[in-house]
Amino acid sequence: MPQGGPKSQTILVVGGGIAGITAAIEAAETGYDVVLLEKSPSLGGRVTKFNRYFPKLCHPTCGLEINYQRIKKNPRVKLMTMCEVTGIAGAKGDYTVSVKRTPRFVNDKCTACGDCKDVSDTAVANAYNYGLDKVKGAYLPHEHAFPMRYVIAPEAIAAGEGDKLKAACKYGAIEPDQKEETFDLNAGAIIWTTGWKPYDAAKLDTYAYNESPDIINNVEMERLAAHDGPTGGKILRPSDNEPAKKVALIQCAGSRDNNHLAYCSRICCLGSLKHAAYVREQYEDAQVDIYYIDIRAHDKLEAFHAKIKNDPQVHFIKSKPGHIKIGEDGRPLVCGERTIDREIYEEPYDLVVLATGMQPSAVKGYKPEVGVMEDEYGFLVPKANGAADGEGIFSAGVASGPLDVSMSVQSATAAALRAIQAVRGS
Amino acid sequence: MSDRKPGVYLCKGCGIGEAVDVGELEKLPASEFKIGTCKTHDALCSDEGVALIKADIDGGDINQAIIGACSHRVMTDKFSFNGTPVIRANLREQVAWSQPAGEEDTQMLAADQVRMAMAQASKTDAPSSSAVQELVQTVMIVGGGITGLTAALEAAKSGHKALLVERSDKLGGWANKWSKRMPHLPPYRGVEENHVGKLIAEVEAHGDITVMTDTMITKTSGAPGKFEVTMAHGGSDKIEMIGAIVVATGWRPYDASKLTHLGYGASPDIVTGVELEDMLGDGKLMRKSDGQKEAKYIAFIQCAGSRDPDHLPYCSSVCCGVSIKQSLQIKRENPDASCYVIFDELRTPGTAEEFYREAQEAGVIFMKGKVKSVGGDMSVVYEDDLLGQEVPLNGLDMIVLATGMVPNSTNPDTEAAEEEMNKYLISDINPAAGVSVAGYTGDTPDPVKRPEESIPPGGSILNLQYRQGPHIPILADGFSDSHYICFPYETRRTGIYTCGPVRRPMDMAESADDAAGAVLKAIQAIRSAGEGASVHPRTGDLSFPKIGHDICTKCRRCTVECPFGAIDEEEDGKPVINESRCRRCGTCMGACPVRTISFDNYSPSMVGDMIKAIDVPDEFEEKPRIIIFACENDAYPALDMAGINRQQWSAYVRVIPVRCLGSVTMLWVSTALESGFDGIMLMGCKSGDDYQCHFIKGSGIAKERMSKVGATLKSMALEEERVQMEEVSIADSHSVAKVINKFAATIGDMDPNPFKGF
Repeated sequence: MPQGGPKSQTILVVGGGIAGITAAIEAAETGYDVVLLEKSPSLGGRVTKFNRYFPKLCHPTCGLEINYQRIKKNPRVKLMTMCEVTGIAGAKGDYTVSVKRTPRFVNDKCTACGDCKDVSDTAVANAYNYGLDKVKGAYLPHEHAFPMRYVIAPEAIAAGEGDKLKAACKYGAIEPDQKEETFDLNAGAIIWTTGWKPYDAAKLDTYAYNESPDIINNVEMERLAAHDGPTGGKILRPSDNEPAKKVALIQCAGSRDNNHLAYCSRICCLGSLKHAAYVREQYEDAQVDIYYIDIRAHDKLEAFHAKIKNDPQVHFIKSKPGHIKIGEDGRPLVCGERTIDREIYEEPYDLVVLATGMQPSAVKGYKPEVGVMEDEYGFLVPKANGAADGEGIFSAGVASGPLDVSMSVQSATAAALRAIQAVRGS
Repeated sequence: MSDRKPGVYLCKGCGIGEAVDVGELEKLPASEFKIGTCKTHDALCSDEGVALIKADIDGGDINQAIIGACSHRVMTDKFSFNGTPVIRANLREQVAWSQPAGEEDTQMLAADQVRMAMAQASKTDAPSSSAVQELVQTVMIVGGGITGLTAALEAAKSGHKALLVERSDKLGGWANKWSKRMPHLPPYRGVEENHVGKLIAEVEAHGDITVMTDTMITKTSGAPGKFEVTMAHGGSDKIEMIGAIVVATGWRPYDASKLTHLGYGASPDIVTGVELEDMLGDGKLMRKSDGQKEAKYIAFIQCAGSRDPDHLPYCSSVCCGVSIKQSLQIKRENPDASCYVIFDELRTPGTAEEFYREAQEAGVIFMKGKVKSVGGDMSVVYEDDLLGQEVPLNGLDMIVLATGMVPNSTNPDTEAAEEEMNKYLISDINPAAGVSVAGYTGDTPDPVKRPEESIPPGGSILNLQYRQGPHIPILADGFSDSHYICFPYETRRTGIYTCGPVRRPMDMAESADDAAGAVLKAIQAIRSAGEGASVHPRTGDLSFPKIGHDICTKCRRCTVECPFGAIDEEEDGKPVINESRCRRCGTCMGACPVRTISFDNYSPSMVGDMIKAIDVPDEFEEKPRIIIFACENDAYPALDMAGINRQQWSAYVRVIPVRCLGSVTMLWVSTALESGFDGIMLMGCKSGDDYQCHFIKGSGIAKERMSKVGATLKSMALEEERVQMEEVSIADSHSVAKVINKFAATIGDMDPNPFKGF
């Protein structure tokens, strides 16, 4: 640290999901300047794409709304979207961070009026719905997007729509000539909250993920159940849009498996219990089969497990299915042997949901080389015993390990304190 | 404030100019409110638009900006002028985007939106804050185990003095007994050294940390920034001033004497996991009964008391990992020893899976099944799930019951306070009710016991001298947790934060993180108290409730209903608001029957004037009017999003955002009825077990109040259906328009409110 205290007291938070949002606003509300970087066009990360949280089955947007209001009212938080870190140099109290900004083609004059969308003729995969449907080339990420500002897809620019979109905007908000840019930021401490992605289900080669639209992963299931998802919240078979009333939920799809993710992803059991509730809520005559190794409903979440277990139409089958194939009628068939009674099954379903695990986003892309270390799975962990001494780079949320939402918020709050300790000087 | 100088600024952008005649709206401020300054702009949020407003403020022409444009939820940063009160009239999401353009009813709605904003401004002052004087920066940490030790260090490293209070005669807590700890660093496979000794040494050496052992807290009064804590130590009382409090009282093992069905007490060699820790020093594990024979043949029984409706309904989270750790320790001393772990579900979440794998590779035998019997002859019979038959294990050297964690949300060393105080102990939350959504109830009996039955015995930890009792509220399963997933440090006693296993069963590594999180919140509470500002969720709000003591009848409703226990009573019943405990929800304001509680910028008369400012057409015009009091946290954003999606709803509806439904006073309902409104709806968050109200019980209280409104309506000879409460969530943007239209149809079918025109 430079003599006379840190050169920069700014805390940089990398990643604007629930952990990053929390770390940023908690540090700002303690009186520190924060720069919050997010790679996508709006905040919220994974959780904003969830339909509900377990065990309360409440909506993530509810808490996000409060957090966004906190950020809007707090001038100490500087939010930068579509930005990624490409390098970090320096030491605690004086880091130089290289940032790459991808063009949004829309500046902060945007009012979110939607006039550009009305004239766009291109259609692009809807990232909010994991590509399960399409949006116009000029789009608002979703109804609860923060910042509430449109994005022009590069495809629309490539299709030559730039001038047309620009002409449609009354507010001078569209800049088709924006280019990728790089710049440096100065920060005294850095919190890495880059989150996770679902493990690539296509790698589970016996589970036929790419062979039927009716075999989906758990984050896609969240969108199928969400009111602003591709089906307007109706759980329908993607193949023919018929109600999905017989549903298989396959636990540990990739997790607890030395060939894929050796660790347990912690949230998938609870996530699937929640999915069982989604299906049962919609269809009185639904049947849900949960294939599992162990149901890991820790602490009070056991009550949620107990509640779902009591539903006679939800069946818990201890078994890791061997494979999934497509039946003659086109329905997926889940095949394997029950662990308890050794019975062989080959069961057809309307919809199969693979409870894929969480893989840290930092596995691909840049990750900090100082301050934290990477374990063999890509989680960023403290170098020694969680101590803040020495370095000024910290990790929180799923970037630091497979955590649920509450634990992510907990770790982000802790990281905010440790970052403050790093920049406050003494 | 007598010198309010409001200016009105109307935006024509984003379709507002096409939807309504802004020129007509521009006349309203002068003609109806004697407001001289009214300007319009094509895009008020543009640099020029903002400059227009700023010039008027800087020139001293106005000191309140009334902005008729988009919702207050957007462009917050642009329409922010250094503390000048800004009042927003929503002409975009809730008019231009949700009503047909160019219609008379749309114009009438827009005019009313502007009228309401002007009425609001006429009762809005910049809040005069009430900052704590002589602010105390010390953080008190209660409990000297791993969590508390970490918290003390974290506070000290953050520049605060820390006072660590421990009831026993030494620091370290349960960790003093542990020979090793579970792994928390890569490769997550080996047992790690217990670091509690190092932690204690660090705490004792730190100049900013004061440690008090053998100390009990007998009284805590005051508020964040100025808590007064009385402690009993060595037969005398000591008083300390404290800024904020972190409660890290940890846990106690579940009482094994209740586990006779698992053989506890039948043999000295049937021990609990905690008892085994004492025996696992260096060297071989010897049988407790004779101390002579080495224990080589050991069974661990998981969930001993946990996940059992007759004992602890929850999973204690750490026991699987602890049994693995103990098995590995035993196997390391004696590779020939046999360790059998009998489990129902093996729970090693996250990277702890590697620890499980390590144990499997080391030859620890895991057996899935249910224990049928445990005999004093050192036998276990269990029903093996895989074999489908009973399996006996005979001639065991030791049987270890993996007992669970009971939170120290009460102090086991003291007696429970008298019943009168205890009635506030138990919360109204049942986590098992979590699936009762939208008609799906999984129609079987509740498999989990109510939390009342799992409150740990004992007295209060802090002995709060609060009107609402001595305890930090104890939630489901006896833990002092938060009910919010997104906000685990939410507290109902501002400035007091729990962490570690008193909050949720957790291991050492997580407890240390949790301690840091709680310390941050404690520091924020001190900081906010010093500024006179609210903490979460209305962070930074400088307004606070003021009581007109000349009118107050000392009815005590505000002191009872405050969700945060912020209001105390003097002996004669006079309410005293502790500002730095207050969260500014306004539930007290809604509770007050004589309407003498108000904020500088939110009051019964302010909203009353907004209601009266709305133009209610007479009955012959056949244009009913409906008022909706919408919670600004969830219902109002849902309406905004419905507008963003261009959903339309009845133009007869006028929406007034409220801080929380708990702040809705029945005065507003009667004012609206007397003003000729045909229908009234309260729209807010879900109440009950799985409440989503950001102020804990605001919507529940509103529901309770509304249940009594029928009698009032009857006395006015009005139909009960005219006043309704609707619980919505923020994700109801797709359905909220339908809810409104259905209510509007119901009202439309009724005769007009006979009070119209009076």
